[in-house]
Amino acid sequence: MTGWLASFLNHPATYLKWGWFQISISNLIVILIMLVLFAAAILIKFPKERE
Amino acid sequence: MSTSENKMWTARLRNAWQRNLPVDKLLPDDQPAYVASWIYVFGVATIAALGVIIASGIVLAFQGPAWYHTSDIGKFTNSMHFWSVQMFFAFMVIHLWGKFWMAAWRGNRVRTWMTGAVTFVVSIATAFTGYLIQTNFDSQWISFEAKDGFNSVGVGAWFTVTNLGQMLLLHVAFLPLILGVITFIHVLMVRRRGVVPPIDALPFDMEVRK
Repeated sequence: MTGWLASFLNHPATYLKWGWFQISISNLIVILIMLVLFAAAILIKFPKERE
Repeated sequence: MSTSENKMWTARLRNAWQRNLPVDKLLPDDQPAYVASWIYVFGVATIAALGVIIASGIVLAFQGPAWYHTSDIGKFTNSMHFWSVQMFFAFMVIHLWGKFWMAAWRGNRVRTWMTGAVTFVVSIATAFTGYLIQTNFDSQWISFEAKDGFNSVGVGAWFTVTNLGQMLLLHVAFLPLILGVITFIHVLMVRRRGVVPPIDALPFDMEVRK
């Protein structure tokens, strides 16, 4: 597990580029997860307490 | 109450506190119905992450780098400090998005909004100084890139990012203190004004639920 993780992390980040804009894939993944969490927080119903 | 008591700063402070933030507002056991939404969870999730950051940071400060750079439990604690910061920022930004889109400064809550914004800025400074004190190639790269930026705006002599001692003390003493105080004031402001209602909240939604 840690060996796989170390080999996965132990290289320069891969970047996506569109003209002047560039972002590392890892940062893009984090931002996408945050957007999904935000949408889920609004859309998913909050559990009601038992009466 | 006598006139002399009114002049005492202790009495004036006590009266002002009781007037603005009575204890049932400070420690409520019920909230309006609209608070039962996941988007209202991210503020307290941010505070929970901050708690883990402070607790792991205290352990790191006591044990020192010889421990957290070499031993397994030290590396684990160091990683916990790092990853709780990542969660802190993710939760804080989702909290910010939620509050921005519901215009949370409504209802005389400008100071709540402003203290939140200042907390965000101080958090960035605290995290930045944390990256600078890792004492590895990553921190060396960040500090040597950042020094040009700070020199270009004329604060490099005062805020020297390559000065490990200055960055370490700012990170473990000064900035956490500022962050803690402003966060505390932010929470007191939330308690004083109450949690902001959604823009289209109906009177029915305002009813409290235990």
